[in-house]
Amino acid sequence: MAGKTLYDKLWDSHVVRQDEHGTCLLYIDRHLIHEVTSPQAFEGLRLANRNPWRLDTNLAVADHNVPTTHRDQGIADPVSRLQVETLDQNCAEFGITEFQMNDNRQGIVHVIGPEQGATLPGMTLVCGDSHTSTHGALGALAFGIGTSEVEHVLATQCLIQQKSKSMLIRINGQVGAGVTAKDMVLAIIGRIGTAGGTGYTIEFAGKAIADLSIEGRMTVCNMTIEAGARAGLIAVDDKTIDYIKGRPFAPAGELWEQAVTSWRSLSSDADAEFDQVIEIDAAGISPQVTWGTSPEMVTSINGNVPDPSAEKDPVKRAAMKQALVYMDLSPDQAMTDIQLDKVFIGSCTNSRIEDMRAAAAIAKGRQVAGNIKLAMVVPGSGLVKAQAEAEGLDRIFTAAGFEWRDPGCSMCLAMNADRLEPGERCASTSNRNFEGRQGQGGRTHLVSPAMAAAAAIAGNFVDVRGW
Amino acid sequence: MEKFIKLAGIVLPLDRANVDTDAIIPKQFLKSIKRSGFGPNLFDQWRYLDQGEPGMDNSKRQINPDFILNQARFQGASILLARDNFGCGSSREHAPWALLDYGFNVIIAPGFADIFYNNCFKNGILPIKLPEKVVQKLFEQSVEPGYQLEVDLPQQLITLPDGETLSFEIDGFRKHCLVNGLDDIGLTLEHVKQIKEYENKRKKQAPWLFEK
Repeated sequence: MAGKTLYDKLWDSHVVRQDEHGTCLLYIDRHLIHEVTSPQAFEGLRLANRNPWRLDTNLAVADHNVPTTHRDQGIADPVSRLQVETLDQNCAEFGITEFQMNDNRQGIVHVIGPEQGATLPGMTLVCGDSHTSTHGALGALAFGIGTSEVEHVLATQCLIQQKSKSMLIRINGQVGAGVTAKDMVLAIIGRIGTAGGTGYTIEFAGKAIADLSIEGRMTVCNMTIEAGARAGLIAVDDKTIDYIKGRPFAPAGELWEQAVTSWRSLSSDADAEFDQVIEIDAAGISPQVTWGTSPEMVTSINGNVPDPSAEKDPVKRAAMKQALVYMDLSPDQAMTDIQLDKVFIGSCTNSRIEDMRAAAAIAKGRQVAGNIKLAMVVPGSGLVKAQAEAEGLDRIFTAAGFEWRDPGCSMCLAMNADRLEPGERCASTSNRNFEGRQGQGGRTHLVSPAMAAAAAIAGNFVDVRGW
Repeated sequence: MEKFIKLAGIVLPLDRANVDTDAIIPKQFLKSIKRSGFGPNLFDQWRYLDQGEPGMDNSKRQINPDFILNQARFQGASILLARDNFGCGSSREHAPWALLDYGFNVIIAPGFADIFYNNCFKNGILPIKLPEKVVQKLFEQSVEPGYQLEVDLPQQLITLPDGETLSFEIDGFRKHCLVNGLDDIGLTLEHVKQIKEYENKRKKQAPWLFEK
């Protein structure tokens, strides 16, 4: 019999029961909550007169609607304010731990989970947010759920689930200098497509993944959902364990030793079989830039905007044409010729300390180009912000002409006041370049933090490897 | 949840691949703390020419006459015909809420994003996966004015206007829940004893998960 994949191990250890259809009741160890996808779930609990099954597994934070400036003045938009206040009230009423807006531990839910040690290897972790896949970087089975499932986890500590198929993406060898985790995951999406991982859980492995920091691994797992897979996974190694040690929610003392022993088994067995295996050569990956309105519409910085007339599939060809109209780009235009209006460095994909450092290293001693109306850096949490400030990164950014903001989701999805105006073009370290994602009529190009910083300085896309 | 057994309705073909949940219901409408009222803002960016904000009187907004949802012959449509990877992107259940609130009870596509697909079942919407070629044929046929399909969930059959039938696959548990209009939480709470047994076993194996 073949060995077990990491996914098999995580799945099997959480099955409460299985029915005749193969549908399982899966136990959930950690539930993260934010203000956008939870109000209707709490309302559902109230209407059915139900209480949370286990309070201690829940951790809540407001991140989507929070302002990134003048936070002491509260939230100006009354609709956003009501949603954040509703979370505060629900957490107070049910007794759920919440980091409120002015708590220095507040931040993007997918940044604070790992940062607090609330995300641990071997856990099942869910949140009403598709980028919950991020937490798989620590060897946890983590995936996004809808609001009905948020209510279901609150009420029962379980979810009704069907097991996915398994895919292994092995990135062999080493990436070149200036090529980051973001470029790796964009290259993967470019290769398998945004529906390539639909129905799968993807495990990432290979030397290039092992070489990544935990922050880099989170960037890769974060965008697994953009490849269609609900969950991404990376095996536990020394880096994982070193990262977790001493964090506030992590076990300590004897329990720590016991946990580490258990976590050491969290990798796929050598003889495990996957439903699909994809091999990628790390050395072949260049810095990536998206040109369209889907993350799979991506190319190398040295590439050109593709020509839809060369595409044989009529549905794809139509999508490419629509994307080029929306993005106001022409076939065969060089990516380096694309002029920008705004730059956004932040989001659950790229707002951790390592991302701040990578962007600051490019910005240091340079100036944002005159055509850039706004270049903003939004750290992922209050603690990332404090760390960056302790390292002097905020002063590097502000001296170069970037704005240094307070933590939150910000212009990744523009639910707060940070947004693109119609027609504006942005280099963004976020995860989605959908039409209107960063503001109606806004045009998004996804890149790494170093590439975004370099684009801010140059005013157009440039190959950061030359810097 | 309402039971889903049979439905006959007008088909609205939305000829775009990778329709994401930001397109289905833009973020500004996610600020609502209610489950209802999202229908008028379904596909807001494509449906209206002006920029939509929560609280606007949608009846006074500028309609985009080119968008298919605004064309007279598709009024009252309850079956949405879509291309591959429908519902990709965010986990927002506001997307199925908006589709249902507008009046769509069935979505037919070659493929759906996993989270969206799952969210549909929680709200009594039936998402049907059919092979790309079959969907293409339905797109071609749907140009006929008044084009309707009949969907029978217990039989797992779609009947075309000419009487031809197409069968579709659906997971047994999900079908059972839709046909009977069952509430997931109520079903799970029938297994309280097993959940507690699991917790007791797990506490011994992984006590650190029960400490904080």
